[in-house]
Amino acid sequence: MSRLNPANVTLAHEIISHYPKKKSALIPLLHLAQEQDGYVADDAMEHIAELVEVTPAEVLGTCSFYEMFKRHPVGTYMINVCTNIACQLMGGEELLHHAEETLGIRPGGTTDDGLFTLEDVECIAACTEAPCLQVNYRHEYRLSTDDFDALVADLRSGKRSDIPAHGTLGTVRQHIPADRRAGIRHPDDEGTPAWFASRQPAES
Amino acid sequence: MTATEETPTTTGVPFTLNGVELEAHEGENLIDACDRLGVHIPRFCYHPRMTPVGMCRMCLVEIDTGRGPALQPSCMMTVSPNMVVNTESEATVKAQDGVLELLLINHPLDCPVCDKGGECPLQDNAYAFGPGESRFVEEKRHYEKPIPISDLVYLDRERCILCDRCTRFADEVAGDPLIHFVDRGAQTQVNTFPDHPFSSYFSGNTVQICPVGALTAKPYRFKARPWDLTGVESTAAVDSTGARVAVQSSQNRLVRVLGVDSDAVNWGWLSDKERFIHEATDAEDRLTDPLTRDANGEFVVRRWVDANRAAGEALSGDADRIGVIGGARLPLEAQFLWARLLEAKGITNVDAQLGDGLDPAIVSGAPRATIERACNPGGVVVLLGADPKEELPSLFLRLRHAVAEDGVKLIELTPRASGLSSYAKARLHALPGTAAEVAAAISTGASAAVGGVDAAELAKAAELLGSGAPVTVLVGRANLAESPDVTVAALSALHDLVPDLAVLSGLRRGNVHGAIEMGLTPNADGTEAILTAAVDGRIDTLVLLGADPMADVPNRDLAEAAFAAVSTVVSVDTFNTASTARADVVLPAAAWGEVDGTFCNLEGRLSPLAAKVTAPGQARADWIIAAEVAAAAGVDLEVTTLGETRARMSAEVDALAGIDLDALEGEADGPLLAGDHAWSLSAPSVSVPPVDGYGLRLLVDRTLWDEGTMVHHAPSLAHLATTASVSVAPGVLDRLGVAAGDTVSVGHANGSIELPIKADGRLPEGVARVPYRANGFDAGALIGDGPVVDVRIDRVGS
Repeated sequence: MSRLNPANVTLAHEIISHYPKKKSALIPLLHLAQEQDGYVADDAMEHIAELVEVTPAEVLGTCSFYEMFKRHPVGTYMINVCTNIACQLMGGEELLHHAEETLGIRPGGTTDDGLFTLEDVECIAACTEAPCLQVNYRHEYRLSTDDFDALVADLRSGKRSDIPAHGTLGTVRQHIPADRRAGIRHPDDEGTPAWFASRQPAES
Repeated sequence: MTATEETPTTTGVPFTLNGVELEAHEGENLIDACDRLGVHIPRFCYHPRMTPVGMCRMCLVEIDTGRGPALQPSCMMTVSPNMVVNTESEATVKAQDGVLELLLINHPLDCPVCDKGGECPLQDNAYAFGPGESRFVEEKRHYEKPIPISDLVYLDRERCILCDRCTRFADEVAGDPLIHFVDRGAQTQVNTFPDHPFSSYFSGNTVQICPVGALTAKPYRFKARPWDLTGVESTAAVDSTGARVAVQSSQNRLVRVLGVDSDAVNWGWLSDKERFIHEATDAEDRLTDPLTRDANGEFVVRRWVDANRAAGEALSGDADRIGVIGGARLPLEAQFLWARLLEAKGITNVDAQLGDGLDPAIVSGAPRATIERACNPGGVVVLLGADPKEELPSLFLRLRHAVAEDGVKLIELTPRASGLSSYAKARLHALPGTAAEVAAAISTGASAAVGGVDAAELAKAAELLGSGAPVTVLVGRANLAESPDVTVAALSALHDLVPDLAVLSGLRRGNVHGAIEMGLTPNADGTEAILTAAVDGRIDTLVLLGADPMADVPNRDLAEAAFAAVSTVVSVDTFNTASTARADVVLPAAAWGEVDGTFCNLEGRLSPLAAKVTAPGQARADWIIAAEVAAAAGVDLEVTTLGETRARMSAEVDALAGIDLDALEGEADGPLLAGDHAWSLSAPSVSVPPVDGYGLRLLVDRTLWDEGTMVHHAPSLAHLATTASVSVAPGVLDRLGVAAGDTVSVGHANGSIELPIKADGRLPEGVARVPYRANGFDAGALIGDGPVVDVRIDRVGS
């Protein structure tokens, strides 16, 4: 969709200032872009490349490595249904089929109203609570098909205010004043690390 | 640790290779040591000029460092004392077989239609080390068949084995990381960012180092099969770096040029210009027949004897009324013969440069540096000239490696940030005309900015130059709109500060250093003076040796007036140019790839030029033309073969003493010309007028892709030529109240022209840049007689 908006550019500069090398801010800025648009747009990647002084190809290389950075628009709610072994035994696949029919989309698809994206995922670490799914990476446990319908209805009617839109970062934002930051020094200025120096033969 | 301390430092590292006790160098990479000792280990990702990454796992060998044998990638292992290496053990063979089987899972078996087939490391290694058959019956990975990743390179991702060679090259050698691994796991692929093509000047190298057929070059795709090719070693003559190349042809046509690894020069890398410019040799409108004018002034095809007689007559007139321009593109042998001919005729109005170079005293009057000296770790390099990325790209790669990896410290004394700027330790972006003042201010120190350069940057430069490290100055022509005297004066000021500096000449044109050594140099002020004399009626015959003053002399009005004034023009050239069109006698010469000869690069290093194909029509080698024209002019040069010419050269030219020009082929680096130069430059005085309040000072420089004759005639490159524009610093754009892309009027002393405007963050304020020989407008029209040019940019319609 778009480049970072002015408020996020200000935030981006603050994030970049936390690191001795600008490039280190790449992943935090990708998160910021995903929060802004719900996904990481090409324009945003180009903008980030300018901000951290790398090429867009390098930003794409990093962004595409991480599956949770979406490079195409997704729904407000990303529903990840687990079909791994424990959930499969407890009805995970039936849950996924039910979700497909209810929402009218296949895994990877997004509903026409842009509200839901469905994904078929591997284990999401809640095997004791199978079958389970995540909505924007927040777990829902032991779901029957009725539970699923109720969940979707709640999401549609806005009753689940505890689940923010896809891409939203933590509600508690960290702002470290410049004087309270740990010493940020460029690695090139660090000299030889002590552990390395101790292993070098003494100069005669 | 104790073992190494006890071993005398003079010996190498003892280790056992396949049961034989051998020695490696201290810190030597195992795969390099094995290569040196004659044991071949198969590899895909390892390249001796790049950082090892251990991506492909093909070079797994069994290594025992005292903890029992284990499989290790040999490209990632430094030989350690008493290491036991087995490259032929059962485990090694099984591992290599397994790696190949895995690599071939997704690699398509389309070798019969693949350009790499027949010279493919994957094919070769599969035959030598592979399983012979696959157990994989599933569907292979599919991608869209070749996608263009730049104007010159296609990528077939199905064939890619993810060795990281091209992406590593782009990142660490070229410094253009525009291709990268995208996605991950089984989906990993090399790709560009959408709409950001791999538009690197060096993209062709990725094709050469690709170990499979994934990257193919557009100019060579489906042109020939490797087993049809024959090749010779030669030297790239498109610029003066003299990169070593292998020239390959099929059916008497040049089809491919590959870089050859020379330690002293190009390390195996080439720019795309050096790699693909051979297309021009094959161009349709090559000159094929000798031409003279008939009574109506029309060109007629003549026999060589008649054309030679006409040329000989032209050279037999009053020697003072003849001017000779060019010769920088000729091989050394032809330069020698022309110089002897002109000497015999007493012709002294000679210049191999076209007014866009520097006083050749830079080459002969200053201690000469080699590329090796400039790139030696610990040294300081001053860039006083054009951006090497644009003019001397192979040299740029060497310098880039030196400043980025080897700790060579760079001082930029240029009108705008160069391609090396991000590595520079001091950036002195002097306003055109002020380089000498800025150079002088380095030693005296300054409290305020000089020529737009901060006092802080001056202090940094002073510290680097005063550090006692060896200083090399790369001198070239940074700004064609500025008098070359400014550069010489700046060099002189640097010499006052660092008396033992050495100079690496940045004169860019092909074999210009050979021309200078052979004596095709001006006795007075060079091409501009010759052309001025022609305008004044003191010269009435011009002889052009592969030169096109109508397109190459910066002061275009002067060239035009000179051609209009003279009565006879003799042109020896390979192409129809603006100048041959105005000539009276045209002699067609054989081009690069069609003649044997010798090349002298900017260090004074000699290397062979080799003939691979025959010249079109009646075109002849330049040395033959020189000898025959001499005979027609009544001068016997006493040579009938190239060998005799070389024998004369060795006998008569001091710098060639002891060098056997017949034995250059096969020499890895090539000998340097003999002779040490003492400092003998004197600082010219230039008075530069102050900039007026509204003006911007003009910078005219070259880009790699321009409307030059060779680029223009190479079909794959012609469309890359830069389009005309005027660029200014982003702040100036705001001040002028125009947006990037708007058309503005550029006012100069002789009128004004309209150009689109662009922002360029590499320019300092107060400077406007127009590329030389761009597509659509040639900046030569802006350049006049003054030491600098001031222009005024206005909005159109205001």
